[in-house]
Amino acid sequence: MRIHWRQTLMSYTFLAPALLLLAVFTFYPLLYGAYLGFTEYTGARFAQGLGPKWVGLDNFRTLADDPLFHTALWNSVRYLLVVPVLQLASLAVAVLVNRELPGMTWFRAAYYVPVVTSVSLAAVMFEWIFNREGVLNWMLITLHLSTPQQATGYLNSRTWAFFAVMLVTFWRGFGYYMVLYLAGLQTIPRELDEAAVLDGASPWQRFWRVTVPLMRPTILLCTLLSTIAALRVLEEVLVLTNGGPLNSTYTALMYVYAKAFQGFDFNYGLASAAGLVVAVVALVISAANFRLIRGDTEGA
Amino acid sequence: MSAATTPQAPARSAARLRWRRPLAVTGRYLLLSAILIFAVFPFLWTLAIALTDKTAGTSIYAFPQSLLPHQVTLHNFVDVYRTFHLGAYLWNSVSITAMTVLGTLVVSALAAYPLARFRFPGRQLIFGAIVATLVLPSETNFIVNTLTLKSLHLLGTHLGVVVPTVAGAFGIFLMRQAFLAVPAALLEAARLDGAGELTILTRIMLPLTRPSLAALGIFTLVSTWNAYFWPMIVLSGAPDRIPLSVAVLKLKGQFNYDPFNIAAGSLFMMLPVLLVFLFTQRLFLRGMDGAVK
Repeated sequence: MRIHWRQTLMSYTFLAPALLLLAVFTFYPLLYGAYLGFTEYTGARFAQGLGPKWVGLDNFRTLADDPLFHTALWNSVRYLLVVPVLQLASLAVAVLVNRELPGMTWFRAAYYVPVVTSVSLAAVMFEWIFNREGVLNWMLITLHLSTPQQATGYLNSRTWAFFAVMLVTFWRGFGYYMVLYLAGLQTIPRELDEAAVLDGASPWQRFWRVTVPLMRPTILLCTLLSTIAALRVLEEVLVLTNGGPLNSTYTALMYVYAKAFQGFDFNYGLASAAGLVVAVVALVISAANFRLIRGDTEGA
Repeated sequence: MSAATTPQAPARSAARLRWRRPLAVTGRYLLLSAILIFAVFPFLWTLAIALTDKTAGTSIYAFPQSLLPHQVTLHNFVDVYRTFHLGAYLWNSVSITAMTVLGTLVVSALAAYPLARFRFPGRQLIFGAIVATLVLPSETNFIVNTLTLKSLHLLGTHLGVVVPTVAGAFGIFLMRQAFLAVPAALLEAARLDGAGELTILTRIMLPLTRPSLAALGIFTLVSTWNAYFWPMIVLSGAPDRIPLSVAVLKLKGQFNYDPFNIAAGSLFMMLPVLLVFLFTQRLFLRGMDGAVK
């Protein structure tokens, strides 16, 4: 390829702002963050103007011995429970709105509204809903599924807070995945579904035998996206429960954030090490997921 | 319907389909409405609380009355705006969002142009690096970026919130796709007329790709307006510079006893985004479409 110097110079001039910003705020923090994981870099050192000090695997040993980190990792893994529920529900909703019936655009738009809601706003609204005297308990009592004596504030309950946070994740997520599934559904040839109708397939059979197999690539993509998102959950926890009650909603990234910025003993080294562990877990799960996609399509 | 037009379908099932169809449609709408309530209930209740006259001695937890306000008033909005200096936070949100949208559009368009239109050494590498940012583990980036901002003296400023976020793969991709669709003949003609590349970009490419620019702008606007974590970190030492998305939780702390004010404040924050979304939902949903394919 002949090099056009003028074009090359021009290209790099135009690319310069993006490349500079990406280098400083994406690639450098990646490398430096990984390095910090192997150093001692605490509030005390920082205050004295001292830089990070290499300590090898010390931080990882600390993590291995820290029951809070175990809880955090376990909660992050447990949080993956939301993934299958979220994916199946959004696929089902996408199938429901994928019909040219009157008003369908409005339903689609309304389902997307939670997606464009700030997490802090969701926190404000759901705290009222989950309150001991909130609307959720009122509904359960009205439907005779619960009694006033059994009523609990869901965000203050060790048993329920975890699921309450998940429900908010679900609420904010299902519209997003619905749109992705809708895009996938619209590439399915109509004739296939019609042929299934002619063969006497029930809607249920059509969903499982026609839609789901044909949507497999989209389903796997969405599952991957939401798995990573669930492993990295932080904001919902931060604004709804701050990890409590009694660490029952404390997740791995919450640990990273808390070690880095909360309290008096902030510890960038330890936080970075914890971040590395989460990153490795996320990478392993993504890789496994990709393998699954591969294996699946080869088998098909 | 299709069963009736097809000879091999038995007449019996056609008859059954005829009465089952309206039933199925009704069922579908019932289900859709139930999901609709799940999706929008929190907003409606917040709206109801915000509009309720708190001086009438009502509780937001008095069901079912509190789900529909009896004594409607706009006083809560005025109250929270005045006592909480909401105007300042509103302005912070506008400032951060405007800078981010502008920055993202400029940086993305500039970077996308050569990536779409020129061959130069290193192009594949650069493109690969930008793609890679989508999957790279970013768990600890916020720690290092905070340190970087501190040494740049940008910690606690709006610029500090904005600068690290404006260069992103999404914007560059979107603009690159748009630029690829512009006919090469137009560019050739402009070059023959002696136009420089910056002129071509601003006079030909950008006007022709206005829908993509608008989509990117709206996406960035909504996500920046709603962003919580990053502005919270950068501005943790500058409480009067925080945007509404962060302030709304402070509001909750300060007015714990006054949910009416909190609800009114929340609506102040929600309304702009909601309006933008409702007016541009087509663009939005199409933009998502494009992102997957």
